[in-house]
Amino acid sequence: MVKLEKDILSKNNEYADANRKMFAKRGVLALNLVSSPGSGKTTLLCRTIDALRGKLPIAVIEGDQQTSNDADRIRATGAPAIQVNTGKGCHLDAHMVGHAANHLDLAEGGLLLVENVGNLVCPAGFDLGEAHKVVVLSVTEGEDKPLKYPDMFAAADLMILNKTDLLPHLDFDVEACIANARKVNPRIKVLRVSARTGEGMSDWTAWIGAARAMALAGHPLAAELKGAA
Amino acid sequence: MHEMAICESIRGILEEEAARQDFRKVGRVCLEIGRLSDVEVEALKFGFDVVMRGSLAEDARLEIVETEGRAWCMPCGQSVPIAARFDPCPDCGSHQLQVTGGGEMKIRELEVS
Repeated sequence: MVKLEKDILSKNNEYADANRKMFAKRGVLALNLVSSPGSGKTTLLCRTIDALRGKLPIAVIEGDQQTSNDADRIRATGAPAIQVNTGKGCHLDAHMVGHAANHLDLAEGGLLLVENVGNLVCPAGFDLGEAHKVVVLSVTEGEDKPLKYPDMFAAADLMILNKTDLLPHLDFDVEACIANARKVNPRIKVLRVSARTGEGMSDWTAWIGAARAMALAGHPLAAELKGAA
Repeated sequence: MHEMAICESIRGILEEEAARQDFRKVGRVCLEIGRLSDVEVEALKFGFDVVMRGSLAEDARLEIVETEGRAWCMPCGQSVPIAARFDPCPDCGSHQLQVTGGGEMKIRELEVS
């Protein structure tokens, strides 16, 4: 009989810790964007890159089972992007992300956006070394999603309610959706965004700015940035 | 799919431990899985047999100890049992709960030879 008491995901967590250290050393803010397929993550990323152009170096890791369509869309904006195809896998793991990050040549003090595989279940359990998980929920999906997929909403620090320009055409109850998310995670922050019309995008970039300031606290780059501003 | 990845992690840990602690065969694997973890126990049992085939744990018996969900209720100031992450406090009905237990996914012990 051998006593182990070992976390099943310990291997992933070791890789995640290594990623986190590497991001901290370079002053990179890493965000892990999770959602169901079709929530508008890639469009949101393209608009985010446009909004932060010239202010912040951005790199993107795209996770999908197959195709490089999303990375192609990101590269069209001019930002460096790497596509990770998970094949049979349903989520990105920390090893894949570390490997991709090493190939990306991340700029010091920059922003790394990781677009996870569209799936509200599995990516919740896999730490990639990110500073925050951001869950994107589009208003075409139904306000009970946080209750149906509680693990993901419990793991996220921010919920972006996307496609708000479609609200007039839907029966989606925004307040009920936010209440459901807070039942699962009383601390979750919520932003209402339409990546298509640009509504709420400045709130999102302001949130990124605040998260970046937190990620850089104590880093030598923090003083430089302050001097620049 | 997710449970398959979990099983592959377990297999990796078993292989590492076999090299480290010098054993060749695993006859029983005991896991601790919290009721609030994102693991479906039935799918895990299915995936376990498939993933362990051809490994040192082929035909190993899988035992799963499920631990209950617990949370700290901030209004009540006490630890309460919960069955799901969105459950309210059974005493006061508040959702201001901080989950404190039930998310575990651990290998507790192995029977080896």
